[in-house]
Amino acid sequence: MDQPIDTVNYFIAGYSVIFGILIIYIASLILRWRNLKKEEDILKDIEPSK
Amino acid sequence: MTSKPRLLKVLDITTFIFFILALLMVFFIAPLEKVMGAVQKVFYFHVAAGWVGMISFMVAAIAGIIYLVKKDSKWDLVGYSAVEIGIAFTMINVITGAIWARPIWNAWWTWDPRLTTATIMELVYFAYLMLRQGIDDPERRNRFSAVYAIVGFISVPLTFFSIRIFDRTIHPVVIGSNDPSAVGAFDMTSLMLQTLLFSILVFTILFADLMWHRIRLGQYMNRVDELKLKIQD
Repeated sequence: MDQPIDTVNYFIAGYSVIFGILIIYIASLILRWRNLKKEEDILKDIEPSK
Repeated sequence: MTSKPRLLKVLDITTFIFFILALLMVFFIAPLEKVMGAVQKVFYFHVAAGWVGMISFMVAAIAGIIYLVKKDSKWDLVGYSAVEIGIAFTMINVITGAIWARPIWNAWWTWDPRLTTATIMELVYFAYLMLRQGIDDPERRNRFSAVYAIVGFISVPLTFFSIRIFDRTIHPVVIGSNDPSAVGAFDMTSLMLQTLLFSILVFTILFADLMWHRIRLGQYMNRVDELKLKIQD
């Protein structure tokens, strides 16, 4: 075979999956951190009034 | 919560730079494989992700053993964090494998020993997360999770060695063999090997970075829970 088979679409799909899963996981870490921060701020506001 | 440690900031930047370098090596330096074409380049991160998945599950098993010995909940957090990261990387490994297989094997999926054991391994660790969700008592949850992580680790060497011990596999063995029955096997040039080894190194650094972030998140969750209990009392 002189030329490799055309598999560019699969190459793009593969790297899209890699970036997609990594981005979703990192975003989940950031979101969970932000939600905790909000929760902590609310709890700290409640705490002194008790 | 304390601000991000300086060493973690350095690790974040190092990971990012190394990740970009790995991408440049894969896209522009590693040669195009003469039969498979561009899709072969998925293999560098496919293997690296599989490596990180297995390392994560090994860390979880070791953390499980240490937890059972010391009964210190910080080791439960290490194990839990490692499993969560391992699941994400194993998912990358399994899905990119299917994408590579479609043009090379002419099928997204076959019941090949490697594909089957890797998927079972992923499901075993999904069940670990479900187990944790099902137990409310923290001490009991930590103990059950530790035992599960140790027992579940059996699936890791089984997955790793599946292509080396089962004759009927068509999955290529990347290092140490060139089985003629493997479909999609190829001889690596030195540049391909360098790119693969560098990708594995970069993914290992990425794993360390994500572990640190995930453990910090877990510690933060514990502090917020303590604050909740303090307010309730």
